[in-house]
Amino acid sequence: MLLSVRTRSRVILLLLAAVAVNGATRPARAIDAARQSELTSLVRQDCGSCHGMTLQGGLGKPLLPMALEHLDADSIASIILDGVPGQPMPPWKGLLSQEDAVWIAKRLKEGFPE
Amino acid sequence: MKRREALTALMATAAAGAMAAVPRVPARAGDAPSVSAACDAATGALGVVIERASGSVLIVDWAARAVKSRVEGLGDLSHASVVFSRDARFAYVFGRDGGLSKVDLVTGQLSARIIQAGNAIGGAISDDGRLLAVSNYEPGGVRVFDADTLAPVCEISADPGTGKRSKTVGLVDAPGRRFVYTLYDAGEIWIADFTNMSSGMPSVTRFADVGKLPYDASITSDGRHYIAGLFGEDGLVHLDLWQDAPKPRRILDGYGRGEAPLPVFKMPHLEGWAEVAGRFLLPAVGRHELLAVDAETFTECGRVATHGQPIFAVVQPGSPRVWVNFAHPLNDTVQVIDARTMAVVHAFKPGPAVLHLEFTPRGHETWISVRDADRIDIHDTRTFERIASIPAVKPSGIFFTARAHRIGQ
Repeated sequence: MLLSVRTRSRVILLLLAAVAVNGATRPARAIDAARQSELTSLVRQDCGSCHGMTLQGGLGKPLLPMALEHLDADSIASIILDGVPGQPMPPWKGLLSQEDAVWIAKRLKEGFPE
Repeated sequence: MKRREALTALMATAAAGAMAAVPRVPARAGDAPSVSAACDAATGALGVVIERASGSVLIVDWAARAVKSRVEGLGDLSHASVVFSRDARFAYVFGRDGGLSKVDLVTGQLSARIIQAGNAIGGAISDDGRLLAVSNYEPGGVRVFDADTLAPVCEISADPGTGKRSKTVGLVDAPGRRFVYTLYDAGEIWIADFTNMSSGMPSVTRFADVGKLPYDASITSDGRHYIAGLFGEDGLVHLDLWQDAPKPRRILDGYGRGEAPLPVFKMPHLEGWAEVAGRFLLPAVGRHELLAVDAETFTECGRVATHGQPIFAVVQPGSPRVWVNFAHPLNDTVQVIDARTMAVVHAFKPGPAVLHLEFTPRGHETWISVRDADRIDIHDTRTFERIASIPAVKPSGIFFTARAHRIGQ
């Protein structure tokens, strides 16, 4: 495809803007002890601003195992990465990888670590 | 009596009176409170810092830039907020887990505590200082308590007629023994008037269909303007409480100009919004911008691009400066904006997770909570320099007792 320099740079800008808005999924990274500690803190502190630090809910829904019984870990991971359109739950894929989300989802299902 | 003699006699009497006022007997220990005890009973320069992760609060002294004591056992304090008794002796702490705690700032003791609901978001105290109202998520609605005893007074279910209670947000006190709050799920604003409680319940005025998912609201310090932010729509709702029959109206409709909003990793707070230089500065939802609204016409009169999505925009008392913090993950920064020019005049990075800031009542210093550094930083607002730091465990909200005497705080 032949595009003028100007058009091409526009396309690149648009792509960059799309990435900024939608957030490309973060590249995979091993969920080592350090990352686990970061993710635990993120869920307790930052997810906690809507879901409560004890995950019993707030403006957002409760995230305790009983409240998540009807969802499998992959569905929860998708909600984390993509958000819920029309609701305040944002897509976290610009900040979290697929692996991060699955790790969080599994821990939520079994009772999230302190 | 001749005039001169009279004058001399008067002067002698006055001298005797003056002498009599000076105690001649040395004071014995136990006669009167010691000087230090008297100072300990003063609360005008005190405040409360929430330690959100450990269920504790610090009682602080902003004049001494010091912690006085720590009070523990207050439950889940994520998103906790505080109002003060009218004499500024007690702090009422509203916890996430429905806990309502009354903390004595003089003794440093928890003087009363109840669990009033399963999940709460904040509260307010009536203009006469006698009623506490708490905004609940679970079971929804608003519960009202006696400020002295924490005994229940009444409950407003906030059921718009659907059989389902709504989560309530943006609960504030308004003049005339009223509370104003917003129904998150139902998109309504309610005014509860407690002037006549002969039926045991307040009279409630409802405004339906104000907009989708109102997430927070605030009232101006003159008790006039109540503004609710909407998550589900591109605008805000305004209610003029000075009108005999207030009517909600939409303001800043379409402020996002049709652009897709950015992900919102933390909801903005309208509490403490900036009201300065004839305008209000409000955080935009899903945008890295602060919007300026003309305080007379309620139309947009400017906007400024910011470091991230604003959470709090707080005016520095006695100045045109508005200090702003930001949502995760850009929450290590504070920017200062001149409301007259809408220009960023200063920016600095206190550290990871700046959650809240509170000015001393006349604005000479500001306290900033830096959650992930376990620290409160104190800055001189004239030079912006950091002049002190205080250790605190995962600090969030900072509340000084000057709030006891302000509407909406």
